[in-house]
Amino acid sequence: MAERGASGSGSSGDSLDKSITLPPDEIFRNLENAKRFAIDIGGSLTKLAYYSTVQHKVARVRSFDYSGKDAEQDHEPPYEISVQEEVTARLHFVKFENTYIEACLDFIKDHLVNTETKVIQATGGGAYKFKDLIEEKLRLRVDKEDVMTCLIKGCNFVLKNIPHEAFVYQKDSDPEFKFQTNHPNIFPYLLVNIGSGVSIVKVETEDRFEWIGGSSIGGGTFWGLGALLTKTKKFDELLHLASKGQHANVDMLVQDVYGGAHQTLGLSGNLIASSFGKSATADREFSKEDMAKSLLHMISNDIGQLACLYAKLHCLDRVYFGGFFIRGHPVTMRTITYSINFFSKGEVQALFLRHEGYLGAIGAFLKGAEQDNPNQYSWGENYAGSSGLMSSSPELCPTQRARSGTFDLLEMDRLERPLVNLPLLLDPSSYVPDTVDLTDDALARKYWLTCFEEALDGVVKRAVASQPGSVDAAERAEKFRQKYWSKLQTLRHQPFAYGTLTVRSLLDTREHCLNEFNFPDPYSKVKQKENGVALKCFPRVIRCLDALGWEERQLALVKGLLAGNVFDWGAKAVSDVLESDPQFGFEEAKMKLQERPWLVDSYSKWLQRLKGPPHKCALIFADNSGIDVILGVFPFVRELLSRGTEVILACNSGPALNDVTYCESLIVAERIAAMDPVVHSALREERLLLMQTGSSSPCLDLSRLDKGLAVLVRERGADLVVIEGMGRAVHTNYYAALRCESLKLAVIKNSWLAERLGGRLFSVIFKYEVPAE
Amino acid sequence: MGAGRLGMAMERHGRAADASASSAGEPAPEGPDGRRRELLRRRASSASEPPVGASASAEGVRRSRPGSYSGAPSVSRQRVESLRKKRQLFPWFGLDIGGTLVKLVYFEPKDITAEEEEEEVESLKSIRKYLTSNVAYGSTGIRDVHLELKDLTLCGRKGNLHFIRFPTHDMPAFIQMGRDKNFSSLHTVFCATGGGAYKFEQDFLTIGDLQLCKLDELDCLVKGILYIDSVGFNGRSQCYYFENPADAEKCQKLPFDLKNPYPLLLVNIGSGVSILAVYSKDNYKRVTGTSLGGGTFFGLCCLLTGCTTFEEALEMASRGDSTKVDKLVRDIYGGDYERFGLPGWAVASSFGNMMSKEKREAVSKEDLARATLITITNNIGSIARMCALNENINQVVFVGNFLRINTIAMRLLAYALDYWSKGQLKALFSEHEGYFGAVGALLELLKIP
Repeated sequence: MAERGASGSGSSGDSLDKSITLPPDEIFRNLENAKRFAIDIGGSLTKLAYYSTVQHKVARVRSFDYSGKDAEQDHEPPYEISVQEEVTARLHFVKFENTYIEACLDFIKDHLVNTETKVIQATGGGAYKFKDLIEEKLRLRVDKEDVMTCLIKGCNFVLKNIPHEAFVYQKDSDPEFKFQTNHPNIFPYLLVNIGSGVSIVKVETEDRFEWIGGSSIGGGTFWGLGALLTKTKKFDELLHLASKGQHANVDMLVQDVYGGAHQTLGLSGNLIASSFGKSATADREFSKEDMAKSLLHMISNDIGQLACLYAKLHCLDRVYFGGFFIRGHPVTMRTITYSINFFSKGEVQALFLRHEGYLGAIGAFLKGAEQDNPNQYSWGENYAGSSGLMSSSPELCPTQRARSGTFDLLEMDRLERPLVNLPLLLDPSSYVPDTVDLTDDALARKYWLTCFEEALDGVVKRAVASQPGSVDAAERAEKFRQKYWSKLQTLRHQPFAYGTLTVRSLLDTREHCLNEFNFPDPYSKVKQKENGVALKCFPRVIRCLDALGWEERQLALVKGLLAGNVFDWGAKAVSDVLESDPQFGFEEAKMKLQERPWLVDSYSKWLQRLKGPPHKCALIFADNSGIDVILGVFPFVRELLSRGTEVILACNSGPALNDVTYCESLIVAERIAAMDPVVHSALREERLLLMQTGSSSPCLDLSRLDKGLAVLVRERGADLVVIEGMGRAVHTNYYAALRCESLKLAVIKNSWLAERLGGRLFSVIFKYEVPAE
Repeated sequence: MGAGRLGMAMERHGRAADASASSAGEPAPEGPDGRRRELLRRRASSASEPPVGASASAEGVRRSRPGSYSGAPSVSRQRVESLRKKRQLFPWFGLDIGGTLVKLVYFEPKDITAEEEEEEVESLKSIRKYLTSNVAYGSTGIRDVHLELKDLTLCGRKGNLHFIRFPTHDMPAFIQMGRDKNFSSLHTVFCATGGGAYKFEQDFLTIGDLQLCKLDELDCLVKGILYIDSVGFNGRSQCYYFENPADAEKCQKLPFDLKNPYPLLLVNIGSGVSILAVYSKDNYKRVTGTSLGGGTFFGLCCLLTGCTTFEEALEMASRGDSTKVDKLVRDIYGGDYERFGLPGWAVASSFGNMMSKEKREAVSKEDLARATLITITNNIGSIARMCALNENINQVVFVGNFLRINTIAMRLLAYALDYWSKGQLKALFSEHEGYFGAVGALLELLKIP
């Protein structure tokens, strides 16, 4: 069990430095503002949870006062940008070996500034053992929380807030982890917690769960019996022994009982007829490895069988496994999965959780924070501050372990707005935002990782340039580079570290890392300039469009949308052009476009549709600032409005690359309204509504959208969804099935991707879809 | 070495039998004749079965004139011939070759007429004498005398049913004995079930010149248990249960009348465990099984304690204290875990205390044997209970040789089933624990439905 205080002597930060390879302030981050604490002390690992606030810079845009008549002066930006400090809430979880507990408590004591906190919620089998130590060191009262209650609260929390939290284990595939999309309704499910014994709990709602059974044959049996049989004391070593053993030397197999006849009888000869059946003899020696393996099979099979019996009795097919027997051990995930498949004949899936080790700490924390209603909010995993799955698994990555110590981190940001499904998704339970799973697709993974590595210099440069007045920008940008670089390296070796690896997750990780080092919006100035330029062109573009006949205009509008979409600083092919040719403009972009027929071309169908009755309400997800939104999207919006279609224009809540943000879109719309009566009246009459998506990603997850937007979409009866841009319509949502008509359009600004799709650079995707009746 | 123990003794006996046979001057049965009779038998057995009532009346006739062969030998001979056509030739065996133990049932006819006695070939006689006059065969074969079923009427013959077991690893010696005793000359059919019927089929043929009639294990098990229950146990009930199983003083083994056997959950605990749901005589299904069975208990005990026999393992277990080895709910929560309604005495983690070095050093072999027994038994109880719930069956019969002389396990099963089902499930046991497969095989031989 737990070994306490390895060093024991020192109680200052010095002793911590000796035992922890990372500087402690990189482990217990934001401790100065820490408010609530919870601790989960298990048999060998301690998990500490605390709530803290993070202060970071955000770029704000503010409209100038345009009452003056000189507003159209040439070099004036359309709005001003200011950088403000913003405070957001973050949950920190730190996992470390019990050995470090005393040193860690000392560190916390020394760095804890906030004194309002009086209580620490504690759970886990070791909570009582360290109670006095915690109370003495931290001067906090220890409130013990029920282990299972915490576990289930934690489980609900991660299932609701972390996409790709659950995964299945697939042996012989690379990687072995296959992540699941979160079901919109996580209940009911079965939680099989394999600690020293096994608890089987049926969870029906947030607050209702029931212990429906258990077994005394669990991790403690493996460990205890294993120690007796092999004289090997440590759990990990026992597992290691087991991974090298041959159970058939110890177990009586069906083929041992039936001889060779099992084949003709249709029996699988390798099935175990009797565990340890061959050891019923005094005249043979058995190897430690073989016995450990046999024991592992025996216990895993038994648990799997019982889990299936309980799942069947309660008609549940989602069974999550947790507890120290499972935690980060491919060996046990493999045997449990095998057993579940065998006993359920494939009807039940064994599911594992990425943050399984944190469930107790998360639950204990939530228990203590009930008055703050943490469940009201949506939370998001911060990729910059979280270690990722298997970060400290010696089996997978021995060097990794040496580098990061045995500390594992999870950080969850409280999102400003609750996120929900887009009500227009055809089947929310099967919706997968991402088009390509880079965890599966090794070739694509290799390409994109390299692509992001190569783009890193440019991003660093851009970040520094975005803060000319800052003295430490270069230093922070360098830190950003290192952080993101190391994330990319981790993902090269462990693509499963943060769930399914996708272009979206790579982009989001980069945004998280930029934020981490206070580069909230590296493109703010670029966007400002481009918006200014585009606004000036707007009247001319509108005049040209209005001069066209109806059918010509429709094509011109679509081409304008596509040409605008060329302006994407996220695409290297484009940013190279834009960097070298400042004069590159709307017309030049149109020239770049592929001629019809496009790579995916359902324009004729769309045109046909436009000849019919107008849509009631269109929901448009915009992409880039500048030409894209102003000269591409707005004219298109204007045409829809003229047809009598209401428009909801949804933009990102927070910045990502040069994507237009909600705040920017407000100013842009205001400026356009000043020039254009159609947009002006539509805004006033609320036929054109600007909304935020709740996202700060260059991609789009339709299962995590701002609740206000979702409500509005339902109220207005949106019957057309327009998704624009590579990030939102190709990397994500390319295959998204909606309940209404949809238009997905993008210009492929990446030659590798274009080739993959069977086209060339600047190929056009114009995908108009009508749901089946 | 195990194979030698039984084998040598039997071989000696086999030679003696051979010697006596040759001294009696009995001619060895000739091949062609034997083959003819084999054909006859086949025809007979493929014909429709005589109803049980018919053979019973024939039995009545026979009983009314003991030794009347002198009066009308030709008639008697005729009758015997006609009976022979319908009936299997002696000896009547049923064999169940499991992973660990071979179970053999032998029907000893007690109504042998003087004429039959005279006709009986010497080897057959010697088998009968050998099996019925001994209680142990070699050093590993044992006849469970206390299980003998007396005055049983089978296929119109009256006799005693004997129950014999020996370890599966002595199977080669058994086959060798069959060869030495010239079993093949008896033209008997060995009906065998269990995995070993397949595994040893070739050996029976090549070494013993014996053709095995292989029978499905579960068919035999179900058939055997239903039959044995129907004939009772020498006037007593075959089936029983425990009252107050947890209370050493008040615990009572009481007869149970299995008058409504269906549906029935049948849990057969041999080396491994098979669980069947039986809905009628001919309708049953295998629900599941587990590899944690008697073989696991004994195997682990051998590794943990160095014991060499099942009896020794059980004896050790009877003196041990499993709570030193297992982590109980109260060890974790100080008492009951009320949140989940778990009693403090329940085992939270089998062998859980053995994670600690100090505790490992403080336990005895007896404690370990006891904990192993409790672990395996509780687990079987738990799986059986879940199957009973899933199949909606409330009577559970536990059979198999794991339960032989294993009152600890039986009482634990009885208690666990009752406690966790809140009295909804009843654990039943049967006197002939491990022999049902072999009985089923015998019934198949006699084509008794």
